Amino acid sequence: MHEVLIALFVVPLAAAVLSYIAPAKAAPPVSAVAGTASFGLCLALVPAASAGAQHALGAFLRLDALSEVFLLATTFLYATTAVFASGYLHISHLAAGRRYGQLFWGGFNLFCAAMVAAPLMNGLAALWVAVEVTTVVSALLVVIDGTDEATEASWKYVLIASLGLSLALFATVVVYYAGSSFFAGSYNLSYANLLSGAAHFSPGAVRLAFVLAVLGYGTKMGLFPVHTWLPDAHSEAPSPVSALLSGALLAISFYAILRYFQVTEKTVGPAFPRAVMAGFGVASLLLAALYLLSQRDMKRLFAYSSVEHMGIIAIGTSFGAPVAIFGALLHVLAHGAAKGTAFFGAGSVARKFGTKDMGVVRGGALLLPWSGTMLVAVVLALSAFPPFGIFRSEFLVVEGGLSSGRDALAAVLVVLVTVAFFGLSWFTTKTMLSAPAASGERAGADEVPAPGEVSIWIVVAMVAGLAALVLLGVHLPSDLTRLLRDAAGQILPGGAK
Amino acid sequence: MGPVPSGYASGADVAALLVLLTEFAMLRAPQLRSQVRLYAFQSLVVVVLTALTGAVRGHPDLYVLAALSLLLKVVIVPALMLRLLREVDVGQLHRPPVGGGGSMVLVAIAVSVFGFFVLRSLGFRSKALPTATLSVALAVVLVAFVLVVLRSDVVSQAVGFFSVENGVSIVSMAIAAGLPVVAEVSFLFDLLVAVVVFGLIMRAHHARAGTLSTEALDRLRG
Repeated sequence: MHEVLIALFVVPLAAAVLSYIAPAKAAPPVSAVAGTASFGLCLALVPAASAGAQHALGAFLRLDALSEVFLLATTFLYATTAVFASGYLHISHLAAGRRYGQLFWGGFNLFCAAMVAAPLMNGLAALWVAVEVTTVVSALLVVIDGTDEATEASWKYVLIASLGLSLALFATVVVYYAGSSFFAGSYNLSYANLLSGAAHFSPGAVRLAFVLAVLGYGTKMGLFPVHTWLPDAHSEAPSPVSALLSGALLAISFYAILRYFQVTEKTVGPAFPRAVMAGFGVASLLLAALYLLSQRDMKRLFAYSSVEHMGIIAIGTSFGAPVAIFGALLHVLAHGAAKGTAFFGAGSVARKFGTKDMGVVRGGALLLPWSGTMLVAVVLALSAFPPFGIFRSEFLVVEGGLSSGRDALAAVLVVLVTVAFFGLSWFTTKTMLSAPAASGERAGADEVPAPGEVSIWIVVAMVAGLAALVLLGVHLPSDLTRLLRDAAGQILPGGAK
Repeated sequence: MGPVPSGYASGADVAALLVLLTEFAMLRAPQLRSQVRLYAFQSLVVVVLTALTGAVRGHPDLYVLAALSLLLKVVIVPALMLRLLREVDVGQLHRPPVGGGGSMVLVAIAVSVFGFFVLRSLGFRSKALPTATLSVALAVVLVAFVLVVLRSDVVSQAVGFFSVENGVSIVSMAIAAGLPVVAEVSFLFDLLVAVVVFGLIMRAHHARAGTLSTEALDRLRG
């Protein structure tokens, strides 16, 4: 299994180099192949991850059930987004010349490489480095189109996220301090060290580290009140980058928080970290549900929906019941597939109509027979309709909340998710399911485009995303169920060794 | 790690205090150029503290870290920032920050005091460690956040971020000197990458907005 682990680490890096130096036409297929290969390698690792922690390259790389869950979400988006971007970039790409393609594809693969590396890193220090790399690379991808809005968004993003991560660095140092008297001397922050020693760490220091880590990585995860960069960056980035930011990067940041959660739980018991997660989760969900009611920009709408879903995941973790944590981890997978697909659809609309303003776009599903229709379906998926995966994961989270006696919090969750459903579906269905505007009827709108898809690759990527959502909703493969159960077990008190 | 010699503890305290005072000076600095120079000085103090810690605590690999920090934080980063300032027309940036300089310093003092109390309440007490240094370092981080929040130009905000990192460096010297130097060096490397990216986006911002002020950054709301 070691070779597979190493290959998973190396393939995206190689693709980054290759797509930068290769001829412009080769970069999209190289990226799509690298993405698909990464996803394949990741699937091959599922049984090994369930079996226990695996190490490679001396203990530099490490894989267990928890990191495998996040790798699955990330590599799935890597593969589908690469396919989507091949279709999406086709037009502007040719106009903008070779340099743009080089930067985009090189950056795209490097961004994915950093996101794949983060869960593979063995230890909190290396994890921090990988997450910081994702920030700087993705900030450059946000600004790549060079519009005023993109420049503003990327400045806010790189500044706020870097400041957040400096708090996460602070957390890393404090965790080290927390263990230094137990280990009596120099040690490294590998998970084996942390999980075996955490019970003897200094409680005050671990509490401080956990709060700093939630604030720091929470900035990247989009938790209220440190989410402020998120709607800007996610809406102004090129759509493939939005899909990766929302679907994969938020999850990776949550993964970092979970690693601190494991340590904190062992040192001070589960009550404290759960309370912190519940607070941030409810606040994020509340804010997002309200903001969802007043968005006109389609990508901004989906960005706030990401804040909503991160809130749900945080609340699910705070319930502490095994079934709720299972649900929260399943939610990571389902949200990744759904949000990626939603941004693919938004990208298709933006390419077709030349705007993402939902007050202007009319008749999306008629003019985009495939991607428009699938966009409506994925909005229903994001609102937790069956038969999609998010229905199952939210159901499990609520069930876990009720079974662990957190009825009030579970009720709040259900109410706020319903509010979010109104905001999300009202605007998108109005845009997508209305009749096309007649020519010249509306000032400011361009000529009404003729029906037809922008690119077959956009449709392919969306079909893959929806298929995954249906699979997660209708029938969880038994290997995946085992993996999620093992991963959830690691987050429970006394779980991870 | 054994008990810390009292001379080292007071040396660490002095260094941390110097860094904190530099941070306050940055708040007040009217010129962006002088802010960058203050950052270079602050980094130099951190480098000295790093080398001192290496000598006293018996971690010779901290010398490597000190040398790299010297190169990066005292020379390269300030040089890059000063070059950016030379190349762009700084324009009318010398207006007082939000709420005026005086109230800014008051806010900064308030958050520093807050930091002291937070650390006291968490019970960071250890005979082996200079806990006063830790409190001051936390204050550095908090005041740097004040700098980022209240100054409205991209250079001050970037310098604020870099000096947060200085604050965290002091924390790590004070309480985590044994942290593997590989980790510390990769933190530094990440800082370098961040600096380059900050520079690129600052240039992009200047190219679009024609100014280094962030007042034009008000398109995206709600």
